[in-house]
Amino acid sequence: MGAGHAHPLHLHRDSPVHRLPPQVKIVAAFLGVVCVVATPREAFPVFGGYLVLLLGVWVAARIPVGWILRRSVIELPFVVLAVLLPITGPDPRIEWLGLSLSEPGLLGAWNILVKGTLGVLTSLTLAATTPMRDLLVGLQRLRAPALVTTIAALMLRYVDVIAGEARRMRLARIARGHDPRFLWQAGATARGVGALFVRSYERGERVHLAMLSRGWTGAMPVLTENRTTRRDWAAGLAPVAVAAALAVSGWVIA
Amino acid sequence: MTLADPLRPADGTARPAPSLLVRDLLFAYPDGHQALHGVDLRIEPGERVALLGPNGAGKTTLVLHLNGILAPGEGTVEVGGLPVTKEHVQEIRRRVGIVFQDPDDQLFMPSVREDVAFGPANFGLSGPALAERVEQALAAVGMTGHADRSPLHLSGGQRRRVALATVLACDPEILVLDEPSSNLDPVARRELAEVLLGLGRTMLMVTHDLPYALQLCPRSVVLDEGVVVADGPTRELLADRALLERHRLELPFGFTLS
Repeated sequence: MGAGHAHPLHLHRDSPVHRLPPQVKIVAAFLGVVCVVATPREAFPVFGGYLVLLLGVWVAARIPVGWILRRSVIELPFVVLAVLLPITGPDPRIEWLGLSLSEPGLLGAWNILVKGTLGVLTSLTLAATTPMRDLLVGLQRLRAPALVTTIAALMLRYVDVIAGEARRMRLARIARGHDPRFLWQAGATARGVGALFVRSYERGERVHLAMLSRGWTGAMPVLTENRTTRRDWAAGLAPVAVAAALAVSGWVIA
Repeated sequence: MTLADPLRPADGTARPAPSLLVRDLLFAYPDGHQALHGVDLRIEPGERVALLGPNGAGKTTLVLHLNGILAPGEGTVEVGGLPVTKEHVQEIRRRVGIVFQDPDDQLFMPSVREDVAFGPANFGLSGPALAERVEQALAAVGMTGHADRSPLHLSGGQRRRVALATVLACDPEILVLDEPSSNLDPVARRELAEVLLGLGRTMLMVTHDLPYALQLCPRSVVLDEGVVVADGPTRELLADRALLERHRLELPFGFTLS
């Protein structure tokens, strides 16, 4: 499907991972993250194993490591939180480079950092290999509530339309001398947001009218009927099996 | 200018049911604003009719009555002989294909193919029949190669033609176009005209674009203050300067018709 490939988190490639049905990838990513979270934090080498596993998936999907790393900066705010933990955490404390650090805090920070990072990397891998549109199709096939997938699909379709509208409104404000750098001009921006809301609401009504005119009765017609084969599931879940083995070995060595 | 009586054909012969028959339609919005004051309109199969009139004349209100989105206060609407009532509303919506003014309102699915399939799927088509209908509709507007693209990545003219295809795919009795030429560059405007003329379908075109009405529609109806004030050959109506002036219509600069 060609839709949605303009998204910055998607890497348009042709690879075995890209070709897997979206629902297989969603389930695999979810189970993979569950394995990571279930691993005891003291089982340090196991987390390295997860990273190697992800590297293997990236190679199969032909995703450059740098491409993933640049997008993983999204995690930074959480890292800040993790850095605070060793300083504010409870006793016992250890001395390191003249800093007094809390030992449970250090372990807690490591826990957040490593599991969060692996989670982000897994999500980025899923996003890179699956267009947004297919993610929704996948959710639909996994029997996610139709209302949720419909709303998400409409959001996906209209977010650019609404962003375009916001951009034009901003340009029109700036063209009339508005300079949003100054705090006392924030009011105009706020009213702009309000106007944008009303406009989007009105557009929603018009879209609804147009849908009714084409016979919409409340249920989205099912338009795609691709079947997922056992081989797809086996291929998609193979990395999950490795992750599960890693998680179990984590429990054994910890 | 005398009004043609829309209810009594001049030749008196029996004809197939008119594609559209509006009789004495009255409508007031809930706030009390009376938008339609008794509209009569008859459109025969195969006719192309322009609906002209100033802003606020009731054109959009009339259009929303044609497929039962608004229900008349008084009067009746029939499409191909079927009255617009609650129990027929689904069939009526198949028969009346409205192309809305802003294609972004009409095209809401992630890909062109899915959007064109949305209408016929709602009306019960599926499988190969649905796929064939989608292909035909896209071919009719010259957009076959764009089926898998997102409407976001199409030009204004392409979006308009896809919006037309989404309605054509429902195989309507009458096409209703709301300002089809708005926001189009001259080439896209001409291309759309060629597509519309090539369809050979019954058409009601709401527009302010008088030269476009002349190009596409042999017959025009002028609506003002909720009543039909003129109905006749487009060329004659547009040549009647006094009529145009009375109803806030005028040809663009440089145009004269004799």
